[in-house]
Amino acid sequence: MTLLETRGLTMHFPLHGGFLGRNRGFVKAVDGVDLSIQAGRTLGLVGESGCGKTTLGRCIVRAYEPTSGSIMFDGVDLAPLSEKQLKPYRGQVRLIFQDPHSSLDPRKTLRDIIAEPLRVQGAGSRDEIDDKVAALLRRVGLRAEYAHRYPHAFSGGERQRVVIARALATEPRLVVADEAVSALDVSVRAQILNLLRDLQEESGLTYLFVSHDLGIVEHVADDVAVMYVGKLVESASTEELYTRPLHPYTEALLSAVPDPDPASRGLRERIKLRGEIADPSKVPSGCPFHPRCGYAEARCKTEVPQLREIGGRKVACHLAEQLDLKGVLTATTAP
Amino acid sequence: MQPLLEVRSLRTHFELGDGVVKAVDGVSLSVPRGRTLAVVGESGCGKSVTARSILRLVEKPARIVGGEILLYDDAPDSEPLDLLAAKDKRLRQVRWADIAMVFQEPMASLSLVHTIGDQIVEAIRLHEHVGKQAARERAIEMLGRVGIPNPQRRVDSYPFQLSGGMRQRAMIAMALSCRPRLLIADEPTTALDVTTQAQILDLLQDLQQEFGMAIMLITHDLGVAAQVADEVAVMYLGEVVEQGPASAVLSRPKHPYTQALVRSVPRLGARGQDRLLAVRGTVPPPYERPSGCRFHPRCDAFMAGKCDTTVPLRVRSDEIDVACLLYGEEKS
Repeated sequence: MTLLETRGLTMHFPLHGGFLGRNRGFVKAVDGVDLSIQAGRTLGLVGESGCGKTTLGRCIVRAYEPTSGSIMFDGVDLAPLSEKQLKPYRGQVRLIFQDPHSSLDPRKTLRDIIAEPLRVQGAGSRDEIDDKVAALLRRVGLRAEYAHRYPHAFSGGERQRVVIARALATEPRLVVADEAVSALDVSVRAQILNLLRDLQEESGLTYLFVSHDLGIVEHVADDVAVMYVGKLVESASTEELYTRPLHPYTEALLSAVPDPDPASRGLRERIKLRGEIADPSKVPSGCPFHPRCGYAEARCKTEVPQLREIGGRKVACHLAEQLDLKGVLTATTAP
Repeated sequence: MQPLLEVRSLRTHFELGDGVVKAVDGVSLSVPRGRTLAVVGESGCGKSVTARSILRLVEKPARIVGGEILLYDDAPDSEPLDLLAAKDKRLRQVRWADIAMVFQEPMASLSLVHTIGDQIVEAIRLHEHVGKQAARERAIEMLGRVGIPNPQRRVDSYPFQLSGGMRQRAMIAMALSCRPRLLIADEPTTALDVTTQAQILDLLQDLQQEFGMAIMLITHDLGVAAQVADEVAVMYLGEVVEQGPASAVLSRPKHPYTQALVRSVPRLGARGQDRLLAVRGTVPPPYERPSGCRFHPRCDAFMAGKCDTTVPLRVRSDEIDVACLLYGEEKS
């Protein structure tokens, strides 16, 4: 079952400046994105900083009101809803932020932090809320007695568990995890990734896992979508995408991942990308990736490639059929 | 062969109002000539403080309270210079000319009100007797060498006019402008995207080949260490627990902490591996260093009555120097 489907989702931020702050154009942070997530699965959303992946996540949780397009969540379009109309859905779609140090109010106890979304929903008596908070703390691997302590007493990993407990308080169906483990140390990161996986198995959670780290995404995601300057350039199952990417940008991203296995050194060829990610307020003509692409042809400079289906996968590249791109799985899984 | 730099029992403490944080507490490591040593560890392990202590760049409330930092000359059998005992004037000569440093956030170490070119020219002229014009030409050459397009034009840019990757390149150009023998790079790619990171790491390796300098790379990313390092030193709670060749330390680690760390990183192509093997527990708070081996409360190989009482000494096992009581018998 498809739990979430976006169609032509677009978020343009006006650029103000100059005399009297007149509009000087738009930053096309998200520009016509179609993606879908099956219930109970994890979609990894990857791309470099500035590609719009965070903005896309924030549109889906409706922290932003998208400029246009639809966000179908379980049959309802969340995009045009007013704050009041959104209320029943706020608890069902939750966001986990990156930084556990800044996303927890230092003046509140864990109990108040975790109970906040419950109070917004107007659920339950004091005792019921206390019981619920205790259960949530235990569920994320913390002791129930911690409820009356303040965030400063906890390490980064423990705080991220609190953030997760707060997100789970309303029993959401979709969780958007935006760089949820990026600020954590490796040893703690593994604990949190395991926790997210356990929670998914227990209650069939669906994740949109936004991350710049392709190593982690390979580990957690069933499917992967790749963004470049506001647009989806490729989506496929994780295995297909990592074995045989169809978009040159995906190939370059994969080749740049530093493999923690020293034996792989020198085996994989790194694709050197020219230049840097394009400015989303001055998107290049044609394929937005063409100035950096080693395979670009004349028409890549003029014709915008549409996201199209090839063998059950999706890719936005004119040359997808001709190119034989390298993934990372075949190179590293060979004995 | 003589190393280029040797750190012996370095201790740098933070003297705070409510106690002393022993951020670096007995670090010993050596940087081989012309090669890359990666110092890896999690946040709070003291790797950055170690790097800064080498050039005595620690500021109050931090204080270097003990140890030696020996910089060896190129001539064999020459007396090394102890940077901790050296006079300020001598140390200023060593900075940039012998040892240069780049940081994670180049904006913090570049001046915002001077052009990139002026800053490089100043660094060169501080250490060498060259004219302004000659120094400017060398600055342009270095900027070109680190892959900044249009160096003739970019030399007159201010740091805020460059992107993150370009700033890091400018910082590297500045660091290498006096041809140092050692470049200390503290998380130089952590704030960058993977594609830019790959470019910068390639650049560092190319420059190393060209100039023959040694690199001490501070990183929390085992992937980065695996791809660029010849040697790896692993730090935990202010100590080096293991140092050896990168291929050995990262694929056949000796210390239980390194073993746990390596296991907790998802490997590309290891899909289907259901759960990651996380390190148990969390890093203890800075004021409470565990007794004996500092890793013992989290260690799977913990031996009661031994690891919690005895501080492990460093021993050699195969090609690795490791501080763990499991390897106590094989004294070298």
